[in-house]
Amino acid sequence: MIEVQARLKRKHFELDASLQLNQRVTAIYGPSGAGKSTLLSIIAGITQPDSGRIVIDGECLFDSQARINKPIHQRKIGLVFQDGRLFPHLTVEHNLSYALNFTPVKNQQFQLKQIVALLELEALLKQRPHQLSGGEKQRVALGRALLSSPRLLMLDEPLASLDDRLKNQILPFLKLVSTEINIPMIYISHSKKEIMQITDNLIDIQHGKVNCHL
Amino acid sequence: MLDIFRFTPSEISILALSLKVALFCVVLILVPAVVVAWVLARKSFFGKSLLDSLVHLPLVLPPVVPGFLLLLLLGNQGLIGKYLHNIFGISLAFTWMGAVVASAVMAFPLMVRSARLAISQVDKGLEIAAQSLGAHPLKVFFTITLPLSMPGIITGLILAFSRSLGEFGATITFVGNIENETRTLPLAIYSYTQIPDGDLPALRLVILSMALALGALMISDRLERKANKNIGRHHD
Repeated sequence: MIEVQARLKRKHFELDASLQLNQRVTAIYGPSGAGKSTLLSIIAGITQPDSGRIVIDGECLFDSQARINKPIHQRKIGLVFQDGRLFPHLTVEHNLSYALNFTPVKNQQFQLKQIVALLELEALLKQRPHQLSGGEKQRVALGRALLSSPRLLMLDEPLASLDDRLKNQILPFLKLVSTEINIPMIYISHSKKEIMQITDNLIDIQHGKVNCHL
Repeated sequence: MLDIFRFTPSEISILALSLKVALFCVVLILVPAVVVAWVLARKSFFGKSLLDSLVHLPLVLPPVVPGFLLLLLLGNQGLIGKYLHNIFGISLAFTWMGAVVASAVMAFPLMVRSARLAISQVDKGLEIAAQSLGAHPLKVFFTITLPLSMPGIITGLILAFSRSLGEFGATITFVGNIENETRTLPLAIYSYTQIPDGDLPALRLVILSMALALGALMISDRLERKANKNIGRHHD
């Protein structure tokens, strides 16, 4: 279960979120500027809210009253960004295995081999990120996030920078991950069409306001 | 006939001393310069612009000023120098180690500038991605930030090395012009121009300096290309 209470006030923007998510896969939908990405970066620990509380599976990651604020690297939240953010100086293989250095073997949920097979990355392993197509990059980014054995996977518009043909190539993989892999997932998108293919659990966010129990 | 291509023993010792001073100079400043560059590129804090200005001061001052200040601070009777001298028996003034310190002070801002530019160009999004994969910020620095800013750090190293080879004003003020101890290439050229019949030996050293500078630039270019290729960046 994921519980998020967060308030954040900026000059031209205010976020007021109250979420309780019990479904394994949830999509957050809203027009650009509605606060989707801000919400994600608050949950991930990139942005600190003015006040609030974030609890995932009973573990408190942030509590403004109790002065708890776990740093990003201790939250175990896997992120997939719109722009992939693969490490340009490492091969695909080393991008994938990057997180394995920081996870004790007994806590590793997947082996490199499994993820490579699941996402069909075998042929790409020796390549550098700049040699990949946009869709391939996102597949690697997805695999890299899974290999960090996260307790929550958050995808922030993972298809937004791809054209329709590439979108259709990667959607089956996203679908596969959402059904085959037992990790809670939050999928952020401004496209309802895209979301419909992943999940029916939809949360609407408008002008920074969201209040939802699913 | 070929004798003019042969270095004299005194030329060889001048060259060796210059290279020794420049090499120790870059070794001395490498780590502190990268740390200061990272702080200036990534942190905001009270007094940042003061630190920034202090680091850059040697670039805009006449070199004789830092040289004189070094003498006041680190000379054998200086504020810090007298303790170094009395307690540890180290004396920097008028020794080759002092020449290293003088050129380090002058080269430091060049190294910081290159490294800072390189570090500030590393996409912060990549650092956040690495942290989200479980990497401690220090680990992120060594596995992501540092490798990705390597081309700029290499440029800084070569600039600092060349600056040290060319250092004149601060060096002659702080450590004088002592043969086989502090007389590096520029000081030797200067010395030859001050004596009768010194033009030819001065010219030989001038040509040597030019060859060294050219060599350093060419090596820098190659290393930079290689480093750029390593991080998946290509441009000609």
